[in-house]
Amino acid sequence: MERRIKIALVGNPNSGKSTVFNELTGLHQKIANFPGVTVEQHTGKCTIKGDDGSIVQAEIIDLPGTYSLYPKSPEEELPFRLLCNPDHAMHPDLVIVVADGTNLKRNLFLSSQVIDLNIPVILAINMMDMVRSSGAEINFKELEKRMGARVVPMTARKGEGLKELKAAIAEVDRPAGKQHLDSRSMAPQVVDAIRKNLHVNSDYNAFLVANNLHLIETGEMSDEHRTAILDLTKHNAFDAQQLQARETLERYKLISNYLQECVREKTRPIQQSYSYKIDSLLTHRIWGYVIFLAVLFIIFQSIFTWASLPMELIDEGFNWLNSKVQSTLPPGILNDLLVGGVLAGINGIVVFIPQIALLFFFIAILEDTGYMSRVSFLMDRLMRGFGLNGKSLIPLMSGVACAVPALLSTRTIRNRKERMITLMVTPLMSCSARLPVYTLLVALVIPGDRLAGFSLQGIVMMLLYLIGFIAALGAAWVMKNLLKSTERSYYVMELPMYRLPRWKTIGLHIIEKVRIFLFDAGKIILAISIILWMLSSFGPGDSFQRIEQKYANAAIQKNIPVEAFEHDIQSEKLEQSYAGHLGHIIEPVIRPIGYDWKIGIALITSFAAREVFVGTMSTIYSVGDQRAAQRTLKEKLMAERNPITGGPRYTLAVGLSLLLFYAFAMQCMSTLATVYRETKHIKYPLIQLFYMSGLAYLSGLIAYQLLKP
Amino acid sequence: MSNQLCALSEVKLGQKALVESFTDYEISLKLLEMGCIPGETVEVIRVAPLGDPIAIAVSGYMLSLRKDEASSIRVRTSF
Repeated sequence: MERRIKIALVGNPNSGKSTVFNELTGLHQKIANFPGVTVEQHTGKCTIKGDDGSIVQAEIIDLPGTYSLYPKSPEEELPFRLLCNPDHAMHPDLVIVVADGTNLKRNLFLSSQVIDLNIPVILAINMMDMVRSSGAEINFKELEKRMGARVVPMTARKGEGLKELKAAIAEVDRPAGKQHLDSRSMAPQVVDAIRKNLHVNSDYNAFLVANNLHLIETGEMSDEHRTAILDLTKHNAFDAQQLQARETLERYKLISNYLQECVREKTRPIQQSYSYKIDSLLTHRIWGYVIFLAVLFIIFQSIFTWASLPMELIDEGFNWLNSKVQSTLPPGILNDLLVGGVLAGINGIVVFIPQIALLFFFIAILEDTGYMSRVSFLMDRLMRGFGLNGKSLIPLMSGVACAVPALLSTRTIRNRKERMITLMVTPLMSCSARLPVYTLLVALVIPGDRLAGFSLQGIVMMLLYLIGFIAALGAAWVMKNLLKSTERSYYVMELPMYRLPRWKTIGLHIIEKVRIFLFDAGKIILAISIILWMLSSFGPGDSFQRIEQKYANAAIQKNIPVEAFEHDIQSEKLEQSYAGHLGHIIEPVIRPIGYDWKIGIALITSFAAREVFVGTMSTIYSVGDQRAAQRTLKEKLMAERNPITGGPRYTLAVGLSLLLFYAFAMQCMSTLATVYRETKHIKYPLIQLFYMSGLAYLSGLIAYQLLKP
Repeated sequence: MSNQLCALSEVKLGQKALVESFTDYEISLKLLEMGCIPGETVEVIRVAPLGDPIAIAVSGYMLSLRKDEASSIRVRTSF
């Protein structure tokens, strides 16, 4: 017999919920030791075969961590919406509540709320290894009886208890019918009215709906019902906040009683815990900041130094491949397209994998160990001055990897103004897509010297990241003074115990992210490379023929072979090509910041995604270059001359102007789309596009005008 | 020994106190569900370098909150 069910995973942040999810589904996602990193809902499938030949096909959804069913921030709305609406498409047939066994009181609070919804529940008591080492004893039989739900002890990160959990999934198919709290008695008329008019599972379900009426969408409830219920709540003096406080207190009283019956604990002061001891150093008033800066410094140094060898190998590999293709295939348009368009494009994508993998590796470790929440603790006071929240630091730091997931993680910020500002400024953080651009330009204009033993290029890289951060703070400060808000700012946050990083999960996370970069971003980069190759290999009308004719005549006149003019022919062709025309059109605008029409082409193509810059440059400089295959892009750019000065095209002034432009400009379609989705207003992405691009142009202008010879 | 009521924000580092009541409804709801309830013992275990936020031990774990949030919690010291 085969049974299909929907399962929702619910639990406090840091209860190990996502680890249980990964163990069950084998489908991997990012899990982090910080409240609410699981912002995108991951779903997975799990097949459970029973001893009797029965099969359960479970579809599992991992819900954001929450402390109660009362949503306090946008991301906590999802558990409420799913669990309290039996008609929701993802309303589960079974809920697995994952509870941290080392903090049962707070975890069982949420569990009892879910059980009162009258949905079948399995209570997974996680982190049993830590419970045992603390010397506590839990009477599971008694706990099962008191809670009215199947209890499964487990240590998810070691896979312990997984078999028992799967067996329980196959067995538990109906609610136990236990009601912990008589919520009807707190507001009988309102609860009865909702039970009569709306599809709900229990009295408590109705009570929660009454308490969060503003979250029930129009499609879920008719206007008549809403008005009727609103009238009733007014008539019966239904005070949502007061009732919520009353429920919370009564529930905690119940849980305390249960725990006295089921748990024998050895209370140890927190000061004796290893986490407290580590914090003495990591949140120290001087060492805390020194260590934080040192961590950042080490990350950027390693990204630059560790990645350089694999990057060189990739480049050399492609050069070898290029010359093979060039010499094997007959010369002609196909050969040119493959070398100048396709291979140049792929090379431009693959070469950045080492750096992107390293960056995600470090960010994942910081989150997974619990260090990130200490960083917010250290920085909240500072961030507040800029209209931000200590929690804004998580999006800002994750923005170093990619703005899109970073923007999603702002959902943990409860205050709307602080959340909006965080959304608006996070894209100023230098994301991994800027890394290829930085790498190329820094290597081009910054000497490879060492300063006090550190790579000068690495230091400049770190400064670029710092500039992004400072710009984000500055922009936040401006917006803090522009935006009006009467809403309270809000911080209250758990400092979770430190944990060792879960290497397997981090490894899989990196593979997932690299795959996304390779295929999602790579697709765009490759497509643009090919289009660009076409735009720069062909020109309007017979302009190309005329150029060839001109040089053929000159060759005859001077009596030298036409091949001697090859380089001049090719550069004149590029200038007369479609791409060249486009570049020339915008040249007047970008000349003041030091760019020519070739860079102009790269600016146009990287509007949709900034990482396209490098691919574009390598295509532009490969077209018609006979030695293209043997030279790296950096060498080609170094050889480029400025026709006016006769000196190198890429001077320090141009390089820095470009670096600043790319640090600030809004060149990412996905980010704009995400900001739109998160703010639900077109105004915000548009403001973002203009203020960031304005900032980019202005800083490029200042840098170039100050530094130009 | 004096037995006095004050705000949690006035409690010194390393000192214990008993939660009595709240002066701010909105924040109290969040604190309540996090297990910071009347009758519970709390202890100020850390103060962030810039004097704010603070971290308290409550219900067996570490909770960080801002000074002005702590000022909405009335506590009894030296019980």
